Amino acid sequence: MFPITQQGYYGEFGGAYIPEMLYPNIEELQKNYLSIIESDDFQKEFRRLLRDYVGRPTPLYYATRLSEHMGFHIYLKREDLCHTGAHKINNTIGQILLAKRLGKKRIVAETGAGQHGVATATVCALMGMECIVFMGELDTKRQKPNVDRMRMLGAKVIPATSGSKTLKDATNEAMRFWINNPVDTHYIIGSVVGPHPYPDMVARFHAVISEEIAQQLQSSVGRSEPDYVLACVGGGSNAAGAFYHFYQNSKTKLIGLEAGGHGIHSGMTAATIAVGRVGVLHGSKSLVIQTEDGQVIEPHSISAGLDYPGIGPLHAWLAKSGAASYFPITDEEAMRAGLLCTRLEGIIPAIETAHALAYLPKLNAQSHEIAVVNLSGRGDKDLTTYINYFEEKNML
Amino acid sequence: MNRIDQAFQQKKNILNIYFTAGFPSLNDTTRIIRLLEQSGGVDMIEIGIPYSDPVADGPTIQESNQRAIKNGMTLKKLFEQLSDLRSYCALPIILMGYINPVMQYGIEKFLQKCTEIGIDGTILPDLPFQEFLDDYKALYQKYGIYNIFLISPQTSEERLRKIDTASEGFIYMVSSNSITGAKQKQTEEQIKYFQRIANMNLRNPRLIGFGISNRTTFENACKYAHGAIIGSAFIQLLSKHQDNLEEAIPAFIKEIRG
Ligand SMILES: Cc1ncc(COP(=O)(O)O)c(C=O)c1O
Repeated sequence: MFPITQQGYYGEFGGAYIPEMLYPNIEELQKNYLSIIESDDFQKEFRRLLRDYVGRPTPLYYATRLSEHMGFHIYLKREDLCHTGAHKINNTIGQILLAKRLGKKRIVAETGAGQHGVATATVCALMGMECIVFMGELDTKRQKPNVDRMRMLGAKVIPATSGSKTLKDATNEAMRFWINNPVDTHYIIGSVVGPHPYPDMVARFHAVISEEIAQQLQSSVGRSEPDYVLACVGGGSNAAGAFYHFYQNSKTKLIGLEAGGHGIHSGMTAATIAVGRVGVLHGSKSLVIQTEDGQVIEPHSISAGLDYPGIGPLHAWLAKSGAASYFPITDEEAMRAGLLCTRLEGIIPAIETAHALAYLPKLNAQSHEIAVVNLSGRGDKDLTTYINYFEEKNML
Repeated sequence: MNRIDQAFQQKKNILNIYFTAGFPSLNDTTRIIRLLEQSGGVDMIEIGIPYSDPVADGPTIQESNQRAIKNGMTLKKLFEQLSDLRSYCALPIILMGYINPVMQYGIEKFLQKCTEIGIDGTILPDLPFQEFLDDYKALYQKYGIYNIFLISPQTSEERLRKIDTASEGFIYMVSSNSITGAKQKQTEEQIKYFQRIANMNLRNPRLIGFGISNRTTFENACKYAHGAIIGSAFIQLLSKHQDNLEEAIPAFIKEIRG
């Protein structure tokens, strides 16, 4: 559990920097989220759906060939086996149950890779709620299969055509939609970003990931604390869930992997902790990739889900306080790691996830040590990107 | 006395015009201020500091922001352009923008510069009220700048009273649950909200903004408040008549004023 102040700050990062028009909505959430999600009735329904609908607990799989290849013990936390193919649904189940209890009739969401959009559209179908998803026009093209999944699930997918037409702009559009429809709509944010209480709330919904890792490791090797936990970081939700129960445990090193793109000095990067400065984006104070004048810079990553110029305030604070370490991984390193995992384990990871796997060769772990990689999602949505890339490089 | 207070003491039916700095062309900022002042019908000017991610704004103002950034507009540049503002303009001037560019510039340096130039107030829609009170208010007082707060139809009475107590200058009434954008008329629901706020006997005057676009919506707003703010409709005018602002701006103001 991460310490957060009443006003929603982790150290200097966080808060709720929102226009007054959204204040009543944010205040309603701030006042009610803890009492609702901690209630027995909520927990019962949440846990039941995670088990019977999402398919939790997800396996903690000992990756034999990958371990041999790297020379230390590697476990993969199989979030890719969640219903819809990524960790994102842990959060959308939680938030839709909350939205129902707040009497909301409609859901709006933003999506980058489309995984959060699919997870949102899925729970809306499950609960019979209207669903509107904003997706950058550019991303609707690079993640087409997910657009079709959302449409089949009954969601209305609206391309965000403003600004740079990617995740940042989809988030702006979702917020604008919420300003225009504040009374009957709940905004399901897809990561540990946004105004307080979103970062804390989303982290809590994903905390089940590290809760299970600890139990599963305990029953398989007799200890609950791995030496390393690795997770990719876009906004930081799968990492927040994977770190949650290991924070402040002196045995486990927490490592977040950001999208370095073409390299952090190339100007084509999404590695916010590496190149961002303190600023405000999408309702919270955190690190932001921006110009000297405070204009947000369009980031670059081969992975649509990591292509975001901000980062959850929690991670800005974990990085600053040294409680977790963050490293950039280039597009190329990620693509190679994705292929390696596929060939050694028969698991095609999402390109986002491949960023976490790419750090394994650099980890310098001892042969007896245990590293857990949070396998945040499966790579079906990325096949076109993978295949085009490998064909171009003659890697297949 | 702050020019904003003076305006409310001396005038009724205040017309406040918003435009984005550096739009349509980088050097149009001061030209537009002069034309607005010379029109004789404008009581207050709100200058937008362009930002890449203006979440409270609709397509018109988003586009003007994008274009201004492309033109090379920055806060630093804006202060340079406004350096001799008070040699040609006596109207109250408010800077409207999002908190991030101001934060990067440095809040104290920003306020210092505002005082130096003769800026009277700021509107920073994503700076929360409580954060302002805790971290910014003392600095604003030190430099004699007013920060104007927004209210919306959803704002509770309790919060409204708090905002009224802490406000200086005026209260910015967002006319509906909406981002910015020109609308042709006001709904019954909006009128009820205007009426409700008018009956609260707030200590601060109120200007109604968002969706005010023409004479009808302006005059209607003036029935329930001390005036109104026109933004998107004016930006649309600037886009359409960028080659002929000298005629288009006075004509637009005359049309609003009747
Ligand atoms: C599989 C997968 N992993 C990771 C991410 C990145 O998000 P976060 O950093 O919030 O986990 C995404 C986002 O779309 C994703 O689809």
